[in-house]
Amino acid sequence: MAIALAAINSLTKRFGDKVRSPVAFSDKVMGRDEMSVTVAREVIAEACALLKQEPALAFDFLVDISGVDNYDANPRFRVDYLLYSYKTNAWLRLKVGVPEEDATVPSVAKVWRGAEWHERECYDMFGIRFTGHPDLRRILMWEGYPFHALRKDFPLEGKPSNVPEVAFTEAAPLQGGPFVTVPAGRAGEREPRVRENALAADVRDKTKGS
Amino acid sequence: MADSTTTIGYTGRLEDEPIITRLDAAVDWVRKNSLWPMPMGLACCAIELMSTAASRFDISRFGAEVMRFSPRQSDLMVVAGTVTYKMALAVKRIWDQMPDPKWCIAMGACASTGGMYRSYAVLQGVDKILPVDVYVSGCPPRPEALLDALIKLQTKISREPGLKNLKKAPAASAT
Repeated sequence: MAIALAAINSLTKRFGDKVRSPVAFSDKVMGRDEMSVTVAREVIAEACALLKQEPALAFDFLVDISGVDNYDANPRFRVDYLLYSYKTNAWLRLKVGVPEEDATVPSVAKVWRGAEWHERECYDMFGIRFTGHPDLRRILMWEGYPFHALRKDFPLEGKPSNVPEVAFTEAAPLQGGPFVTVPAGRAGEREPRVRENALAADVRDKTKGS
Repeated sequence: MADSTTTIGYTGRLEDEPIITRLDAAVDWVRKNSLWPMPMGLACCAIELMSTAASRFDISRFGAEVMRFSPRQSDLMVVAGTVTYKMALAVKRIWDQMPDPKWCIAMGACASTGGMYRSYAVLQGVDKILPVDVYVSGCPPRPEALLDALIKLQTKISREPGLKNLKKAPAASAT
């Protein structure tokens, strides 16, 4: 925690109010004591470089980059960076808000090479473009696939598409709703099936207006 | 019947005497006992497929032990695992490269119907792109289930009018 606070202090010193709202998270049972901080989009690459290069902080390991789609919120997307330091055993989480109309974020691939694939996945699933990325291609779906599958307005069952000679997709039959599993003692009750409290697919789509 | 004193051996009658049968039956008999599988291992079912080929379950008891990793040398495609849309056309292309006559076993829930993956990424059953002869349930199926499917396929092959198929254009059996 002390290292994370020091990291946030040096970020604030360098970037001023572009670093906002630090949030502490602790869990005595799990022994977790972590900080999250929101960083402005335009300085994220410099902030990461600072956190890695400052000898006292030395966040040398980028654990993950994840995209978040808060469908109705503004800004719609968020990109989270989870950092770890092997030297100081400290964790730090950086959050970056990304508006839908300009879904771009500076790439941190120059700071940690491992960010390349994380950013490609984030681009593939959410359509967030990383500027300055050396090779921003889709990583799971194929080039030409027209959708970004983890966006909230993308249906679970998928949409039809076709790239000749490469791949096609069809909507999967959901037969009235997403299949859900519930915790239960007997395996038979845990089986995934359409539940009464789950909205039927057509009702769900109507409420979304899509 | 044989008891402990009977000697069982090669009689030589097979060489000396003509065997009278239908050509269809002879061709089918040859084909069904020497299936060369194309192991289309795509997910965890492939582990069970390997187990079926290994010593405990020993698929060679049924003459199907010659796993060919070239489609041009195989006549039975075992689709073992989840067929994603990204893989689907590659599976189809490999199937198209296999020479006739050829058969297909859809092994496990995913290959048969998409299984638990009702999602944007998974083909909902390999029978959408190629003809399947035998479906095996299970997630993944045990090796015995795959062997049962193989025996069922052998039964199916032994009933095939092989000569009639020979005269048909190959495209007719391809889809």
